[in-house]
Amino acid sequence: MTNENRDQFRPEDHPNDHFLLTTVVGSYPKPKWLNRAKELYEDDDHEFDDEDWNEATDDAARLITAEHERAGLDVVVDGEMRRTEMVEFFAHRIEGYEFNGPVKVWGHNYFDKPSVVSEVEYDESWLVDEYEFTAGAATRPVKVPITGPYTLANWSFNEAYSDEEALAYDLADLVNEEIEKLVEAGARYVQIDEPALATTPDDHAIVGECLERIVDGLPEDVRVGLHVCYGDYSRIYPEILEFPVQEFDLELANGDYEQLDVFKDPEFTKDLALGVTDAHVAEVESVEEIEANIRKGLEVVPPEQLVISPDCGVKLLPREVAYEKMANMVEAARNVEEDLDAGEIDLGERATPADD
Amino acid sequence: MTDYVSTTPGLFPLPDWAKEDLSDLKGHQKGDLIGGDEDGEIAAAYEEARGEVIDRQREAGIDRIAEGQLRWDDMLAHPLAVHDAVETRGIVRYYDNNNFYREPVVSGDLDFSGDVASELEAASDRVEEGLQAVLPGPYSLADLATDEHYGDEAEFLAAIADFLAGEAEAFPDHETLFLLEPSLVESPPEDGEDERASEAIDEVASATDSEVVVQPYWGALEEKVYAHLLDADVDAVGFDFVSDREDNVYNLQEYGAPGSISLGLADGQNTLVEEPETIRERVEWIDDQLPVSAFETVYLTTNTETFYLPYAKFEAKLEALGEAAELAEVKAA
Repeated sequence: MTNENRDQFRPEDHPNDHFLLTTVVGSYPKPKWLNRAKELYEDDDHEFDDEDWNEATDDAARLITAEHERAGLDVVVDGEMRRTEMVEFFAHRIEGYEFNGPVKVWGHNYFDKPSVVSEVEYDESWLVDEYEFTAGAATRPVKVPITGPYTLANWSFNEAYSDEEALAYDLADLVNEEIEKLVEAGARYVQIDEPALATTPDDHAIVGECLERIVDGLPEDVRVGLHVCYGDYSRIYPEILEFPVQEFDLELANGDYEQLDVFKDPEFTKDLALGVTDAHVAEVESVEEIEANIRKGLEVVPPEQLVISPDCGVKLLPREVAYEKMANMVEAARNVEEDLDAGEIDLGERATPADD
Repeated sequence: MTDYVSTTPGLFPLPDWAKEDLSDLKGHQKGDLIGGDEDGEIAAAYEEARGEVIDRQREAGIDRIAEGQLRWDDMLAHPLAVHDAVETRGIVRYYDNNNFYREPVVSGDLDFSGDVASELEAASDRVEEGLQAVLPGPYSLADLATDEHYGDEAEFLAAIADFLAGEAEAFPDHETLFLLEPSLVESPPEDGEDERASEAIDEVASATDSEVVVQPYWGALEEKVYAHLLDADVDAVGFDFVSDREDNVYNLQEYGAPGSISLGLADGQNTLVEEPETIRERVEWIDDQLPVSAFETVYLTTNTETFYLPYAKFEAKLEALGEAAELAEVKAA
């Protein structure tokens, strides 16, 4: 059995017959010097200007893209070096949003929660420059993570729309427009991030309708994934199987795979991008441990539907820990591929007829 | 003649300078949150911020001045989070919001603390009249906490009520006490429990001579819960007309209300600022729905706490409420 959509990202020199695509969710710790540069950039008294800042973020994007390649990942990102918070970044680029100051999330952790004050409109491209730069710096295929319209709506104040649903659909149309531009620029792998769905799982139908709008008119070979994390998956499964995406990227290592069984019945018919390392624990999981996690994924889908990924963005980890986790993850995936090639993994009921 | 009084349920956002200063002074992690024994620069920053929000309310013409509950890092769970017999554990979601607080686990007798009283004491030095106290209602506070000491739900609720009554007794002179009870809507008490919730509220209300307002929010109370709440000896019950008109009007029509009511008419969770005239029209609309409405006092307030808002929008909401109460007053006269 093959999986053309996924296997377009298989490297030519891939060492094993089996292929478990390795990638990441998106964010990565920023180099300390980039944070220092940002402080200088934001300091009006300092001469550090736009040009300096662009140079710094270009350098950081090159550096982290290379770091992902060095870890051996099959599909890479730039670690979102140019992005701030996942809603703020997009709200700054969409007409109709305004910022009124920070609001509390917990303790003294705040974010600039934006307000939608008029109909949202597409102005200039959000991510095409970022994609083109990263693709130019990378030797591997590049994935583009985009905050999903439901999360963009849910994590904003709504002053202009009758309800959040109407806002989410308008935003979905803008995401569709952006993805069309990304595809024109050569992007083939897009990931929609919808963390807000985990807190309001009853809204899964709204997210489904948003995705219908997002993929409208896209070429079939473009891979669209959906990332959802930190929630009760039983409340959105199996309904999400109806969503028009190829892949679900799920956080499962953090909960020690307690929720794995949710996806066994009914059969998981999409590709599973399985979280195999915890994004919020600073201990690096061993290669053996991650191999065991990958094998858990094989209880849900056959190898050709499996993708290997961390639970979530890793930006809160120390950078060396983030790197070690990526590197161990890739090594573990290659080991499991070898075991699959050697027929040493019992796929149980999942064995395809050709294996009989 | 009805008295229209502008107020808020407290729990304000920190002014932006205080957000910055206090996060530098205290830090961003779980262990850095308020412990109740702060001093030095941290205490001074809170004192200055408290003064600022008191001045701001006065400038906006707010009739009942809240202390602001700026120290309440854990929102309504604060009075327990700083208590000696309580251990704070993981970060948990605050109702259905993108906000979190430390789970307070009660592991010993909830004796007198005085934390909230000392805040109000500090505020009373700056407020000559119209001081308003704010506490979580006993039902909500019990709902937000975990009990590992009393071992029985009814006993735990009674202990929380005792504790809150003790705090209220220690308050300096104040005009009103707002008891915030969102859990009565969010996780409504079941049969038997509803009666106990009402008794618990009654106990806290009896501990003060001030006007007591019980303010549920994020919807309307279930009929039975509302009916039981009316048994408590409180001066006013609050209604969140931002999130639900129909069921709140139904409750008022079917069961009546105490002598005074509190109307949540400005959205405490959205940056869209209501026009004072719009707020006044909403008062009139509600008035039109009721067969008899000779309320002694009608409090005009945001439906929820306002810490969800950017500071400047919080200020704008105060302005709108202050002006709306004046407009309503003129109309009534």
